[in-house]
Amino acid sequence: MAKMAKNNIKKFIKDPYLLFGTVIMGMVLLMIIVGCFWMPYEPTKMNAAEKLQGISLKHIMGTDNMGRDVFSRVMYGSRVTLMIAIGTIIIGAGLGTIIGAITGYYGGIIDEVVMRIIDALFAFPSILLALVIVSVFGVGWVQLVVSLGIAFVPSFARIVRGEVLRCKNMDYIENARLIGVSDLRMIFVHILPNIKGVLASSILIGFNNAVLAEAGLSYLGVGSQPPYASLGRMLSDAQQYMFTRPSYVLCPGLVIVLMVLGFAFLGEGIKRWK
Amino acid sequence: MKYTLKKLSSMIVTLVVVSLCVFLAFNVLPGDPAVRMLGLEASPELVEQTRERMGLNDPLLVRYFRWFFAFLHGDFGTSYTYSVPVAGMVASKIPITFTLGIYAFILTVLVSIPLGILTAKYENGLLDRTITVINQVIMAIPPFFSGILITFVFGMIFRLFTPGGFVSYTDNLKGFFRYLFFPSLAIALPKISMTVKMLRGNLIDEAAKDYARTAYSRGNNTNGVLYRHVLKNAMIPVITFLGMALADMVAGSIVVEQVFSIPGISRILLTSISNRDYPVVEAIIMGIAMIVIGINFLVDIIYRIIDPRIGIDE
Repeated sequence: MAKMAKNNIKKFIKDPYLLFGTVIMGMVLLMIIVGCFWMPYEPTKMNAAEKLQGISLKHIMGTDNMGRDVFSRVMYGSRVTLMIAIGTIIIGAGLGTIIGAITGYYGGIIDEVVMRIIDALFAFPSILLALVIVSVFGVGWVQLVVSLGIAFVPSFARIVRGEVLRCKNMDYIENARLIGVSDLRMIFVHILPNIKGVLASSILIGFNNAVLAEAGLSYLGVGSQPPYASLGRMLSDAQQYMFTRPSYVLCPGLVIVLMVLGFAFLGEGIKRWK
Repeated sequence: MKYTLKKLSSMIVTLVVVSLCVFLAFNVLPGDPAVRMLGLEASPELVEQTRERMGLNDPLLVRYFRWFFAFLHGDFGTSYTYSVPVAGMVASKIPITFTLGIYAFILTVLVSIPLGILTAKYENGLLDRTITVINQVIMAIPPFFSGILITFVFGMIFRLFTPGGFVSYTDNLKGFFRYLFFPSLAIALPKISMTVKMLRGNLIDEAAKDYARTAYSRGNNTNGVLYRHVLKNAMIPVITFLGMALADMVAGSIVVEQVFSIPGISRILLTSISNRDYPVVEAIIMGIAMIVIGINFLVDIIYRIIDPRIGIDE
């Protein structure tokens, strides 16, 4: 057992994707967790005397056009972004897994109809879907989570359906069926645990896409609302000061890139882990 | 022929599902469009008259079909805010957004396919490793942030274009394309990375298969095997991906238009969303959705031409 753990650690360190992914995600998560308890400044506190300052020891990412500390705002904003991504994945992966498992397991007419609709949704760019939902239900982070969550359902449903189809005809499932295992137990106890590897890497890649989508929509101004801005919203506010104070734009942008990169590396690493 | 019909019918199903979703989304809303158009102080008789004139008293399904067929005929309804036909509002903007998407697509194809072949050919070489790392980073940059970076680097430092200095295609076609180069680059960059990664992986997988070895043993050199045998098979999934990417790029240009202040569909769409001007939002979303669905259909057809095996056993 100890040897196996040691081998795993060795394998982990040797895999650049897992290693970098963990390091980057660790940094971002550390910043978010620390931000829950302590921030250098109040993220919404304005200070007219310190507008658009550069990087300094006092403000390690400078200040914005209202004199607010960018680092504190980034700490808060990455928390908002991560929360939205988590909500999106819970809805997307949850519904997607259930739909994929049921259509894959039962097949037949349900499969045909549901997959047709899923395909239609899949062809529909998620940004448009989100804009429809936001324009109908108004602007805000709840609407954003719901719309992104729905937009993410098709890809999860497809992946899970494919995996369930692959597992369905294996011998151990046949055996379980002979013993008289119920359908529900079959799906949740016998099939789903066997596809958790695939699911885990698609969830991480989903996180990566969710952060990107959230940033894009918040940039358009349909996501989380000021003064508690997410990273994408900060960028759209900061863009016009790009030439007077580049650090104000670059810092939130780089944090988005790090977040996406961390999730992408972890997803890639888990995919290769075998 | 049978395949084309099958794809055509599935395209129509998709179109109906999508249009029904869009229509229902905007029509189950609380609030009366007639009141919204006339203002809250309008008399009940006037509201009733307007409702009758707008056909709002008919059943939902009748209204859906009327809206859908009017849409197919190019009648997109009337804007609540400006009381002018939506078609006129968007007509001059659609070419801009569409050009941007196509431009980005052409850039993606022109850059990613040679790069994909190159990285696969020199697998694990210095070039391959460098590009793989750059790819990972580029994929993590959202298009609007790369747009901001591009504006900063090429617009401000190198002064290759004037940020915000959009030139309309009616004034100066050359200037129009010149200005759109950098925005389309911002849209294309992540897709280029994804395509290179995908093509490289497919090429390496295909090259390890038996038929590639057979081709070698029959005296082909590396280039012969690559271009005559392996590339064709490796391209098939890439084409599906490129089709989806094109659809994504047309939709994704909404964000990048904002970054480069291009007066395309994006600005109208966003102001209409905040004004709750539903006919405009409906028309634009449906328009983009139709373009996307059309592109997917074309991809399926092209797919079949490249790989005739598809659809035979179905």
